[in-house]
Amino acid sequence: MRDLLSIDELDATELTNLLDLAENFAAVQKRDVPKVPALRGKTIVLAFFEDSTRTRTSFDLAARRLSADVVNFSASASSLTKGESLRDTVETISAMGIDAIVVRHRSSGAPHQVAKWTEAAVINAGDGWHQHPTQALLDSYTIREHFGDIGGKHIALCGDIAHSRVARSNAQAFATLGAQVTLVAPRTLLPSSLDGWPVQVADRLDDIIGDLDVAYMLRIQNERIGDARFPSVREYRTLYGLTVERAKRLRPDALIMHPGPMNRGVEIDPEVADDPRSVVLDQVSAGIPVRMAVLFSAVGPGQFEGEAA
Amino acid sequence: MTSTVLKGGRILDQTGERSGDVVVDDEAGLIVEVGPDASADRTLDASGCLITPGFVDLHVHLRQPGNEAAETIESGSRAAARGGFTAIVAMPNTTPCMDDPAVINEVIEFGRTALCTIKPSAAISLGRDGEQLAPMGELAALGVRMFTDDGTGVQDDLFMRRALEYAGSLSTDDGVPIVLSQHCEVTALSQGGVMHEGEWSSRLGLGGQPSEAEELMVMRDIALARLTNVRVHFQHLSTAGSVAMVRAAKAGGLPVTAEATPHHFSLTDACCADYDANFKVHPPLRTQADVEAIKQGLRDGTIDAIATDHAPHTPDTKERPFDQAPPGMLGLETAMAMAMAELDLDLAALLPMLSWQPAAIGGLGDRHGRPVEVGNAANLAVVDPDHRWTVSGADMASKSINTPFEGRELTGRVRHTIHDGEVVVEDGEATR
Repeated sequence: MRDLLSIDELDATELTNLLDLAENFAAVQKRDVPKVPALRGKTIVLAFFEDSTRTRTSFDLAARRLSADVVNFSASASSLTKGESLRDTVETISAMGIDAIVVRHRSSGAPHQVAKWTEAAVINAGDGWHQHPTQALLDSYTIREHFGDIGGKHIALCGDIAHSRVARSNAQAFATLGAQVTLVAPRTLLPSSLDGWPVQVADRLDDIIGDLDVAYMLRIQNERIGDARFPSVREYRTLYGLTVERAKRLRPDALIMHPGPMNRGVEIDPEVADDPRSVVLDQVSAGIPVRMAVLFSAVGPGQFEGEAA
Repeated sequence: MTSTVLKGGRILDQTGERSGDVVVDDEAGLIVEVGPDASADRTLDASGCLITPGFVDLHVHLRQPGNEAAETIESGSRAAARGGFTAIVAMPNTTPCMDDPAVINEVIEFGRTALCTIKPSAAISLGRDGEQLAPMGELAALGVRMFTDDGTGVQDDLFMRRALEYAGSLSTDDGVPIVLSQHCEVTALSQGGVMHEGEWSSRLGLGGQPSEAEELMVMRDIALARLTNVRVHFQHLSTAGSVAMVRAAKAGGLPVTAEATPHHFSLTDACCADYDANFKVHPPLRTQADVEAIKQGLRDGTIDAIATDHAPHTPDTKERPFDQAPPGMLGLETAMAMAMAELDLDLAALLPMLSWQPAAIGGLGDRHGRPVEVGNAANLAVVDPDHRWTVSGADMASKSINTPFEGRELTGRVRHTIHDGEVVVEDGEATR
């Protein structure tokens, strides 16, 4: 029984083992019946205190393809709206006898708290601005599928780093796997301190675009304008967007990535989103085998026996 | 009438250290005899202990009226007494707010049966919203000497100027001047911040409050103290920059005083790493460099008082996600031992900051923080400097358990507390 709360809990070997396991599960996906009995009899609760169709669906499918029983729990339909505390909710769910709880919460750190209150394995499916470890894994998986290796690759994370759990977890995962990570953002969208972050910072995307193996664009939110983080969508696109012009300077073998949902015409031009180098849908596909690997590692019987399972 | 003798201890106060038994009378509320081999109706063992003036806390949240599940005036006073405090200043951010004579009178009434003296402070502005002055004259007539919008700072520069000028024009029947006590936080800079802005907030994905949110208001209020020549007291200083500015202001002869809390001279923002909201507090825990600056400010006299900012919260609210949990931590029952543990000062050097300096600032100097001499009010702490104990929220007299020092081993405990001649703590336990 093992939690996955933050990607920095995993060293390079553990990350690689998870990605290898995900490759095995990806092979399962290609079968006529894309399902294995690996987690038969296990119960997995998807506790999404913040809505997320994409991530929830991905975890749901991953769990079902491992033959686990899946219970969906959403905040709006729960006793949380009746004022029940997070602790009471978690203890109540746990008392029903479950093996894993997948937690999405708008507050940073909520999965850490949940882990104190349950014996079940806790998987962080995104908490506030803090971490989204399975996103980091599926993105690492996608890059590895295309390049064979992440080590030595130059990856730029571009956009609202300060408010991004994807940026926090991906920067750590990519760097742990040996990549060179560069953050690109105006100062207003960077964390106040990057002490301890394994990254470089570039003020201008133009300065590094020709050198990149991966241009990873982050979703920008319009409400940051009112926050004086940047003046306008037009200026943001001009300075930091992956425009058609900029994409021309990106190497032909480079990858264009985005965690979705995309703001076409803001951080990424519509044509670029559909560029042959864009692997946005590959990222989504990778989510299922990667989450199968995470769930299996958390509550599975140990080694996955592949075809024998 | 019952007299009690504190026997076998040494007396430590502003006149020095000496041996002597101390006899107090619970009817007159006075010290009636100091000397060798004194006797009385009952005897409390003070051997190995220091008999000191009772402590005074300028900053306590008692939660009554409004949030009696977290604390009451009675339970908070019991916690204070166990910590050696004989007088505490109650902060006005209750529900309803202490901005009105009726609410102040209610607090005074509840305080009559408390285990220590409850000195209510009152809000500077009605509802603490910074728009209209509270009736400071009427409230001063009820005994209020400290005004504060604590929990928030007075944001508007002109409003603060007027509040100072108005307060400076009020005269009091005891001659103790009114003091405006400021929670320094420019909310435009701190909004959305739930901890100190820096390495840890960036890593944890939590909104940060920069040190400058505090420092800008310290800077402004120093300027306004100069402009108005009215006293300003700075609450819970937490940054090195704030300490430096107050030091310079004092050197320039401006009428400013300051307090610091035990948590700000002992804990850093790294404590938030596990998202335990028991470490969430405003102003937030800052860096080690700030901790060192606060300690230095206490040692060199820049900071006048150790104040706890005792802020009880029920366990369910502290178990909310970090960004949703209320800020604040308990402090009354750990303050003295934390000061002894962290400040590298002996009790003689700590007493001014625990007792008579805050007593003077809070308008309590007539009965608290007085030398241990016949005729003075019998408000005393009997401190066992060698007693070792382990902090446990569950063992505290406070109704809440949100101590940031849970499990910490400390040396030094208050054995007995005497309030107005009554033994309110005996052998570390409240007597009622």
